[in-house]
Amino acid sequence: MDMFVMVLTVFVLAIFVGFEVITKVPPILHTPLMSGSNAISGITLIGAILSAGTKLTLLTTVLGFTAVVFATINVVGGFLVTHRMLGMFRKKD
Amino acid sequence: MSLGLINIAYLVAAVLFILGLKGLGHPRTAVRGNVLGALGMLIAVVVTLLDKSIVSYEVILAGVVVGSALGALLALKIKMTAMPQMVALLNGFGGGASVLVAGAAYIEVLHGGGAVTAQLTVATGASGLIGAVTFWGSLVAFAKLQEIMSGRSIVFKGQQVLNAFLGLVCVALGAWIVMTPSATWAYWALVAVASVLGVLVTIPVGGADMPVVIALLNSYSGLAATATGFVLNNNVLIIAGSLVGASGIILSQIMCRAMNRSLASVLAGISEGGGSGATADSIYEGRVKSASAEEVAMVFDIARQAVVVPGYGMAVAQAQHAVRDLSNLLESRGVEVTFAIHPVAGRMPGHMNVLLAEANVPYDRLKTMEEANPIFEQTDVVLVIGANDVVNPVAREASGTPISGMPILDVDKARTVVVIKRSLSPGFAGIANPLFAADNTLMFFGDGKKAVLELISALKES
Repeated sequence: MDMFVMVLTVFVLAIFVGFEVITKVPPILHTPLMSGSNAISGITLIGAILSAGTKLTLLTTVLGFTAVVFATINVVGGFLVTHRMLGMFRKKD
Repeated sequence: MSLGLINIAYLVAAVLFILGLKGLGHPRTAVRGNVLGALGMLIAVVVTLLDKSIVSYEVILAGVVVGSALGALLALKIKMTAMPQMVALLNGFGGGASVLVAGAAYIEVLHGGGAVTAQLTVATGASGLIGAVTFWGSLVAFAKLQEIMSGRSIVFKGQQVLNAFLGLVCVALGAWIVMTPSATWAYWALVAVASVLGVLVTIPVGGADMPVVIALLNSYSGLAATATGFVLNNNVLIIAGSLVGASGIILSQIMCRAMNRSLASVLAGISEGGGSGATADSIYEGRVKSASAEEVAMVFDIARQAVVVPGYGMAVAQAQHAVRDLSNLLESRGVEVTFAIHPVAGRMPGHMNVLLAEANVPYDRLKTMEEANPIFEQTDVVLVIGANDVVNPVAREASGTPISGMPILDVDKARTVVVIKRSLSPGFAGIANPLFAADNTLMFFGDGKKAVLELISALKES
């Protein structure tokens, strides 16, 4: 129960931080915001790595491997495409 | 590495994610923000690799290599016009990963004889539900945007009832997992039912409503990661997932407000207000003035202030580079050119901004609806390219049409409006647009890119 209350606290506070930070992102950057935040949601990768690496059963290893592939596409694809897009936004010279 | 140190590293990663998103608050700091986010991810991954429970690295390495190759290929090859599809696909992979990780973690706990708490079972069920809906919903959104399947709204009788029923089945299966934790079959059954639900909730969403659903799926992919964080008792998953969840919810709210629609009506694929306004014939009959490139060039010749209003049609015609050339030409003749962008122009939030940025239009020329509306009255000429419903003045009427009450760009207040369009066919809302028949409007019929190129050569000759 203590553990649950602790992670719940983190969750609720993080939601508030999220709302504060995201409302300050201007509409012009909404597409990079989506792809960039998407890359961040690929954080599931760390759970995938643990499942793929512990090799508990064949099933968990297969699940872990597939999850690593999915999450890495998410992370690498997300950060790279965001970087590519943001490089295009420049000021009037 | 001790658990304490690992958790400190996760905390650093979470802080970097927050700083990274904060950096996206301005185009000047955005690149650095994204790099900070990526750095946070790298730190989180590296410390995870040092975890004692990992017995071999081959499977991890193979997965990372395959995933990185596919991800990099997608990111570097994708056209900017196809960005909505790309984001839809990435959302899907995020959701899919959460389903698999939660499933694997659940089996591991049962297998290893760990403590099966209510938190574990509830969170596992939530991961499976949200993750599967995100995965399949995103695949459908991708197929629609990529035009593998029709972009139209697909509705059938009893759809809402069926969705509600499937939702209840998911809840029941979730309850089953909580009551009888050894039943891993119930988890996979839940995932299967949620997959069907994911497809069914996305197929009713049609073309111009796509920005809402992509934003919503973005939010879901974050919430799925959060749920998986509860499964693993991992703070960095919870924090990162919550940030993304908040981001997606805010964006879908902005999109709904910009269309004056409720989220429920977008998801059900119904348009509110009913009615279709006056018939096209009675509005257009004898009033539409078609202009040639030369005539339009004359209008621009005497203009001092011009505003370009791009819409999804500009993306379809790949006309953004031609529009940039036109804007540069006008600037060189002393015309002040800005771009007015409606929040729902395109197929995802901010889509037009990215296309124009790709074409090297400086970002300080891109104006939001709130910034642009006060300046239309002093504008000599507005060039509407590929936009329709977002400039339809009927929206200002209180009721009677599907877009009544939707905030629009008040382009009709400008001295002259030039509309580049293939024909008088209606936009997504399916209603006629009196702007095309207004006294101060010139219709310049043709393909977006070709029309702009013709206009450029006409301007150079005059």
